[in-house]
Amino acid sequence: MGARSRSAAMQTERHDMGRLGIETRSSLSMHLSQYGDLPGIDQRRGKEPGSLIVEVEKSGLRGRGGGWFPTFRKLAAVVDSSSNMGRFDRSRHPVVIANAMEGEPASAKDAVLLASSPHLVFDGITAAAATIGATDAFLALHRGSKLLPILTKALDERQAARLDPLRISLVTPPARYVASEESALSHWVGDGVATPVYPDRPFQKGAAGRPTLVNNAETMAHLGLIARYGGDWFAEVGVPSAPGTTLVTVGGCVSDPGVVEVPTGTTVREILAMCGGTTDTVRGYLTGGYGGGWVPAAGFEDTPWDPDGTRAAGAVIGASVLFLVGESVCPLEEMARVVAWMAGESAGQCGPCVYGLPSISDDFHHLAMRHISDDEMQHMKVRLSLIQGRGGCKHPDGTARFIATGLSAFADEVALHLDRRCSLAITRQVVRPGNPGLLPVPTPRLALVDVDGRDFE
Amino acid sequence: MSAPSGRNDDEPVITLLLNPTICDGRGLCHDAAPHLIELDEWGYPILPGAKLTVDLPKSDVKAAEDATHACPVLALHIERRKQST
Repeated sequence: MGARSRSAAMQTERHDMGRLGIETRSSLSMHLSQYGDLPGIDQRRGKEPGSLIVEVEKSGLRGRGGGWFPTFRKLAAVVDSSSNMGRFDRSRHPVVIANAMEGEPASAKDAVLLASSPHLVFDGITAAAATIGATDAFLALHRGSKLLPILTKALDERQAARLDPLRISLVTPPARYVASEESALSHWVGDGVATPVYPDRPFQKGAAGRPTLVNNAETMAHLGLIARYGGDWFAEVGVPSAPGTTLVTVGGCVSDPGVVEVPTGTTVREILAMCGGTTDTVRGYLTGGYGGGWVPAAGFEDTPWDPDGTRAAGAVIGASVLFLVGESVCPLEEMARVVAWMAGESAGQCGPCVYGLPSISDDFHHLAMRHISDDEMQHMKVRLSLIQGRGGCKHPDGTARFIATGLSAFADEVALHLDRRCSLAITRQVVRPGNPGLLPVPTPRLALVDVDGRDFE
Repeated sequence: MSAPSGRNDDEPVITLLLNPTICDGRGLCHDAAPHLIELDEWGYPILPGAKLTVDLPKSDVKAAEDATHACPVLALHIERRKQST
């Protein structure tokens, strides 16, 4: 089973299509004829979550935003913390946020999902909200997203049909990498400040201090399916440790890059075949996204695409990004552009991130440009370990992993660069953000953003 | 969570916690407790183990209290709790 997002030519038999309907753009009537009506969702009563939570537990669904945390446990945690709040505390009613920020520049799965099956995501939001007794529901898109008109129209259709007992609001936080981190997202929804919060987690104290469920848009879509067909149905495909299907964004040197839907555990080889195969000799794979990790090409094609399978291969499934870097580019130059961008995406709160990432980025730039000194190389390695585990969010940890795994996956290239050489005869003159390369990096924005992440408008 | 060895079972676990989003890197914690808290090259504190929380042996509790009281922005915090097992 598997599904592609684009090209009608690639559509095969009906039974061969994916669950999430990424092949076609669905209006509300098409959506309802394909999936049927959303059944009535059992509402939470007091400390007891709605009965859908039993199906979610049976399904084994794990969050598709990158953490792959069991969704059932997240739902239960929100219900628990809101039950344990003071009886007269006005702030105990939970909040639901669907995270469609898609902060990973190399990922496109949420955009493809929302453009094709917006109603499945909204169904999931409605189902989750009733199950945990939420009184406010949001879908968060990054500011300036092209999806806004599509989703506004979809919500209008739902309102006209009186589908959602709880009004779902579209919100547009700043398009910053760290703004899509779940505590930053609930901080923005509650207080208009898009910075990560430490140490409270959103399920304890999220938006405006209320227990908050933050789920990735794809996770919500899977909830929309589980609400209809049940947990046993959901777990019929995929690996037992992380069942179901998952969207994968495939990029780099493949014939037909894009988003595919596959059962978890599908091998990398099969995923690449769905994208028309490779167009270059692969040197390394970036897995999970820019907060993920690199793996060398050798033997990786047989890796099953699921959390355990990728971990065993030294990779990270993360936000389900699979990016192939071939021999036509210098991987260190590619990384240097990304690292510089990541350093600039710090929320500016924690010292090790504010000062550590730019200094590491400078050293890495020197490595990419083949004039790094031994001292600088040594400093960079020390700083990479120094910045980990010391921030309010995982941005420095993810960036450090991106760099450290890249240094080992491309060890031969690093050795050449230390020797003032490069495997490519011609390399680019300048490594800086905005320089068109293989790995996508958002172009610098002109919007003014102050230190708290608030936009001046 | 297992307690550091050599501690009596009914004594509370004392943990030093750092909130990095509040910390400004003033370095007064290091001045107050130089043996417990190191500073990185940018002047931000590194707790023993280089994580954001550390369970303290009894001998370090006084120093941790000094560091906590010295912090002008209240980024350090000491938590005492009964051992769970």
